[in-house]
Amino acid sequence: MKLKLLISSMALSLGMGFAGSASAAGGEITVVSWGGAYTKSQVEAYHKPWIAKTGNKIKSEDYNGGIAEIKAMVEAGNVSWDIVDVELSDAIRACDEGLLETIDHSKLPPAKDGTPATEDFIEGTLYDCAVANIVWSTIFAYDKSKMPEGPKTMADFFDTKKFPGKRGLRKGAKVNLEFALMADGVAAKDVYSVMETEEGIDRAFKKLDTIKDDVVWWEAGAQPPQLLADGEVAMTTAYNGRIFNAVAGEDKPFEIVWDGQVWDLDLWVIPKGTKNKELAMDFLGFSTGTEPLAAQASWISYGPARKSSAPLVGNYATNEKIDMAPQMPTNPENLTNAVQNNFEFWADNADQLNERFNAWLAK
Amino acid sequence: MPDPTTPILTADGTPLKAKLAQTTRQLKWKAFLLTLPLVLFVVITFVLPIGQMLYRSVHNPAGSNVVPQFAEFIQEWDGQGLPDDKYVESFVKDLAVARKNREIGKTVGNLATRVNYEMPGSRSLITSTARKAAKITEGPYLDALIKINKKWENPAIWLTLQRVSKDYTLAFYLAATDMKYDETGKIVQADDLYQIYIPILLKTLWLSAVITVLCFILAYPVSYLLSTLPLRTSNLLMILVLLPFWTSLLVRTTAWIAMLQTEGIINDALVFLGAIDDDGRIQMIYNQTGTIISMVHILLPFMILPLFSVMKTIPPSYMRAAKSMGASTFYSFRRVYFPQTIPGIAAGTLLVFILAIGYYITPALVGGNDGLLISNLIADHIKKTLNWSLGAALGTILLVVVMVFYWIYNKLVGVDNLKFG
Repeated sequence: MKLKLLISSMALSLGMGFAGSASAAGGEITVVSWGGAYTKSQVEAYHKPWIAKTGNKIKSEDYNGGIAEIKAMVEAGNVSWDIVDVELSDAIRACDEGLLETIDHSKLPPAKDGTPATEDFIEGTLYDCAVANIVWSTIFAYDKSKMPEGPKTMADFFDTKKFPGKRGLRKGAKVNLEFALMADGVAAKDVYSVMETEEGIDRAFKKLDTIKDDVVWWEAGAQPPQLLADGEVAMTTAYNGRIFNAVAGEDKPFEIVWDGQVWDLDLWVIPKGTKNKELAMDFLGFSTGTEPLAAQASWISYGPARKSSAPLVGNYATNEKIDMAPQMPTNPENLTNAVQNNFEFWADNADQLNERFNAWLAK
Repeated sequence: MPDPTTPILTADGTPLKAKLAQTTRQLKWKAFLLTLPLVLFVVITFVLPIGQMLYRSVHNPAGSNVVPQFAEFIQEWDGQGLPDDKYVESFVKDLAVARKNREIGKTVGNLATRVNYEMPGSRSLITSTARKAAKITEGPYLDALIKINKKWENPAIWLTLQRVSKDYTLAFYLAATDMKYDETGKIVQADDLYQIYIPILLKTLWLSAVITVLCFILAYPVSYLLSTLPLRTSNLLMILVLLPFWTSLLVRTTAWIAMLQTEGIINDALVFLGAIDDDGRIQMIYNQTGTIISMVHILLPFMILPLFSVMKTIPPSYMRAAKSMGASTFYSFRRVYFPQTIPGIAAGTLLVFILAIGYYITPALVGGNDGLLISNLIADHIKKTLNWSLGAALGTILLVVVMVFYWIYNKLVGVDNLKFG
């Protein structure tokens, strides 16, 4: 009996010894992102090098955006997501409501030449609880093989006489209202001042009315390229990286129209109360370093949030012939008529406008 | 002759009446103890969550959580024009303290969210003002706020703040019935463009009724067949009814997507047969039609089974007797058979109707834009917009509607007449 106890306690202490050393390497974090080609770019550029460097493991999960899951987890005190890729307006709201850990910017790695992170990140990409990794954009795209003389402007997207066929749009008010107004002749720089007024919103919905019967609504980022490929729609709004991926990775004859693009940030946030805060923070710092960000841009056409990453962006990872720079939302030629998503406007008005959007949809 | 005034005694000398009462009490306790596990289960998994939902729909203490002193103080204000500086001072001071608070439920963001529900567009007003609140050290405080943002000049924002400072509110029930507080704090109808919950609730009731009627029309003959065919054939038929019933809801719904979509089996068949041409494919899914078709299919067993169990008990000799006395087939069916199936009809329609009102997954998958039901909106508020109080208010309204229907039903049919099998 005594012997048994001795052996088991020895085994226990041995086991604990192993466990102790395992916490340095061999921990596991859950990284949550948007799935598909986007998550793949992160796996290649962030996950794999980080796993190789630290010996920790990563569990990758997909979601469709929003902060509902984070809120539910944090309020229930059972946080199983360690680090999440979110949109700016969601990051701000979640931070305001105390759902996120604050992030010490001084712990982010400096650029190669020693420029501190706070100066290396593009202005407006560092927040109390969030660190941006990429600039992405909502654009619209069409199938070149079916429409050789394709649309050129946002107005064309709403012109079903000139370009017949179904349209794909993301289900929700955000970005669609901006598109509608630009199609109705509002200059990109005036979009949000028009949207501040009730008449502006009316005008946007009126424009959406003109194509309502032709719209196929999508929700997940992977849907639009599929809709285009299946011929379900003639043109669709989409995240630019998804279309790029279909073109470069799957040889689809899709063409992006940059006119009227609405660009936005994706940021890393750490839900409050995660048990792996240290590891998550380490991963956050690593993945937003100069090189991983540049490496990601070789897998998907989203622009890195660090200035020092831009010169390192080269060609597409699996096809040397494709230069990535012109594919970026931030490429000057693509920015001639573009808006940055106004997170403050949407934080203020998303609830109300989505209600109106739903009422409009149900009519 | 025993004296009627002296109580009858038992063997041990206690009055029989008392002994009897004691025994029944003991039996009652034993019976209660036997049901205790179930009672506890129901309380924990049903009564408590529903109670919490009811509570959450009226209780939202954002005001007193985030700006506690102001929340108490502002109640004294008469609501005329702009508040006195002493109120504003306490607001500014509370806000400066709240700004540093990171505790869930007590951050400035929580207050901003709450205010934004009632006055859309004011979230950033609260959060941006909170960022600067600590810098305001002396009065007049109201002028300092107006310098930060012109919107503080609007008396409506102060009225809203006074309202959200109360822990209990009707605001979410107003929102759930397409009403709101206007600028002066009066309750008014929401603008037409924002009317959504009442129309969708009415649509839900209407669609549920349509689905129930369709289920009844389809189920009645099937159940009749089931109950009258010889055992071997009826068993086979029964398996055909039960097999889909045992299959996962999601599988059945996605099967309907495969059948009904524009590139789906039915459309393909119609095009192949030349009934429609390739451009004229019929849109049968992602709309109301899709919701009705798949929900009828999924809810059909809930109508068939109670009908079958009732029909099974009706002896065929009744119909024969009616006919032998000269009644036509239709007449004997109407006067003899049909009345006897009413308990089954009652149970089936009640089941299907109440299940349909709260249906969620199927309309979410095949409902598209106009086939969505009220439960999809509730899910939206719980999962997407995070307005849990509004979700709870809608849920409570749904619960009340179902209970009202049950009550009407009870008056019409009588719940004692129900027969589920």
